Amino acid sequence: MSVLAEAWRYLAAHPAQFMTALGVHVALSGAALLIAAAIAIPAGIYAAHRPGTAFATINVANVGRTLPSLAVLALVMPLLGTGFAPSLFALSLLALPPIVLNTLAGMRGIDPEVVDAARGMGMTRREILWRIEWPLALPVIFAGLRTAAIQVISGAVLAAFIGGGGLGDFITAGIAMMAVPQLLVGAIPVTLLSLGADFAFGALQRRITPPGLRGA
Amino acid sequence: MIEIEHLTKRFPGAATPAVDDISLAIGAGEICVLIGPSGCGKTTTMRMINRMIEPDAGLIRIAGRDVTHVDPVELRRSVGYVIQQVGLFPHMTIAQNVATVPQLLGWEPARIERRVDELLARVDMDPARYRDRYPRELSGGQKQRVGVARALAADPPVMLMDEPFGALDPITRASLQDEFLRLLYALKKTIVFVTHDIDEALKMGTRIAILRAGRVVRFDRPEAILAHPGDPFVAAFVGADRALKRLALLPVASHMRQGDAASDSPAVSRDGDLRDALSILLAAGAEAGVVVDAAGEAAGIITLADIRSALAAPPAAND
Amino acid sequence: MTWFVRNWDQVAVALGQHVVIALTALAIAMAIALPIGIAAARSDRIHAIAIGVSGVLYTIPTLAFLALLIPLVGLGRTNAIIAMVAFSLVVLIRNVATGIRGVAPDVIDAARGMGMDARRILLRIELPLAAPVIVAGIRVAAVTVISVTVVAAYVNAGGLGTLIFNGIASDHAPKIWSGALTACVLAIAVDGSLAWIEHRLSMSRAA
Repeated sequence: MSVLAEAWRYLAAHPAQFMTALGVHVALSGAALLIAAAIAIPAGIYAAHRPGTAFATINVANVGRTLPSLAVLALVMPLLGTGFAPSLFALSLLALPPIVLNTLAGMRGIDPEVVDAARGMGMTRREILWRIEWPLALPVIFAGLRTAAIQVISGAVLAAFIGGGGLGDFITAGIAMMAVPQLLVGAIPVTLLSLGADFAFGALQRRITPPGLRGA
Repeated sequence: MIEIEHLTKRFPGAATPAVDDISLAIGAGEICVLIGPSGCGKTTTMRMINRMIEPDAGLIRIAGRDVTHVDPVELRRSVGYVIQQVGLFPHMTIAQNVATVPQLLGWEPARIERRVDELLARVDMDPARYRDRYPRELSGGQKQRVGVARALAADPPVMLMDEPFGALDPITRASLQDEFLRLLYALKKTIVFVTHDIDEALKMGTRIAILRAGRVVRFDRPEAILAHPGDPFVAAFVGADRALKRLALLPVASHMRQGDAASDSPAVSRDGDLRDALSILLAAGAEAGVVVDAAGEAAGIITLADIRSALAAPPAAND
Repeated sequence: MTWFVRNWDQVAVALGQHVVIALTALAIAMAIALPIGIAAARSDRIHAIAIGVSGVLYTIPTLAFLALLIPLVGLGRTNAIIAMVAFSLVVLIRNVATGIRGVAPDVIDAARGMGMDARRILLRIELPLAAPVIVAGIRVAAVTVISVTVVAAYVNAGGLGTLIFNGIASDHAPKIWSGALTACVLAIAVDGSLAWIEHRLSMSRAA
């Protein structure tokens, strides 16, 4: 337990450094998630109604999903250098597969009879998308965002290796110098951040599920 | 009210057309049933009327207006559409489901709400109890009632129904068929109704179009088809028991006579049909039965001879 | 590319270490997850607790987990393997449970009616029929484990990550490429092979 006390003392002695690292970490994770969502969700919706495109997208995304996070971060370095921007690029790439796969699954999982009824009643393509497909696919899409968020927060720790900053800096420095308190100043907060984000997304997911679909 | 002329549809890669030069004229207030074996083109034909499937050739007129090339979305908002699996929107309440087309048409909220309550009451779903429920809370029969209410919401003159009661158990189906017939006579809609069930067709249709391989083989009133099938295919399709089916369409009330029957004569309900009457007489081994009304009072008699002559007479002018 | 060819032996050693660690971790994870998954299939409560706990473990960021283990087990392979086992549990337990629960009840009923005892039913009926779903879980766990092993090089576990870290430290791009790309190819190959096995298994079990 004295290790924890030492870690706390280290944190108290370096408040600015910690807050910066925390801020960078949250910024990196948040921005990567937003960028990936802005690309993957529209792409998924577009591909959902085009079987050939959907097939290709699913296969590419499945391959993308298997790539080790650190490998992707490392591959970006010789191309784009080190720092915040290359890290953001790599993390956005890593977040794309779960979001696009879930968007596709959500859209294609909608009962075709429901869409047929909507079309038969005289809804335009756009009205069908906004009033019927989007609300029904949203819970699954959101689950994809949740998965991606956890992945991105974990990946942002690794961004420390390519100069991206974030809480990973404390961990890597702590390991390199075998200084456990310093290491904990990075490891514990980022774990809490990840658990907190998962909890928050879970609560949000329950709230955005349309009442007609809950407990179905 | 609905005229389709030389409607044709061939799907890519198919050897023969799914719908081959079909022409039908359906009068206002009629229930036109499309029936035939699997793959005969009945559903395809129906779905061309609201342009869910675009015809390759031919014309569609509704209320005299050529709708073959108008904006399909606009067309569908003026045609009621009921499908077998209903397709209720699971994320919306019953009220929101029924309000869909009026909302698309831009009605005022107050008017929409009144209309929703009115329709739910018409299909026997207490609005106060059901308007805020969700589809998953409803049984199959209740869902289809809502489906019908939803199709009627904007008061379209024409309705298309694709095997609407097909997914229900026989008891629910029979009861919904009866309710729906009552509803339709009250509302005077023109209906195109697809089914594969000949008994349903005979029960629901004012005229039946029998399709085969994309063509109309016979288009006539049920009694006429049963009395004179005309060709072996139609005869086989309506079944070898068509004489009995014909009797099912004839009410006891129209064929009974005045008189008294022997005290041991079986009782035949006045509200029933001649097929039930025949069955009762045969089972009792009697030549005649006493017709009783709903209160159980004797109202006349019906004899086997009456039943036989009912079959021999040409089909009535109207029903 | 020339560096890769000339130093192939280095890459091969790293690859070998990587595979050994990954396989060890997977085997241990399966050994733990299988009995828990079977129990979870039978009991909703166990299911909820098992998935809950293993789910939390999965949510801990990779490097943070490895770091947190250092005060407890130090550096090296053991550290890495513990982390990998922890991360793999949730998907393996969930898939074992789902796979077993997915076996058609009438099949089990027939088996019991023929006089099979619970143990035989498990070994001869439930597990074989649940195999496709279980393999699907192993597939995800394998990819996870390969990914963690890359990072674990930083806590002296060996593997392809050593090439990456050396490359970053000495700003030697070919080393980074070799390590990173080999890891990617390994991940894709393993995922593809297990996907093929999963497909073959479900084909032969289609009702």
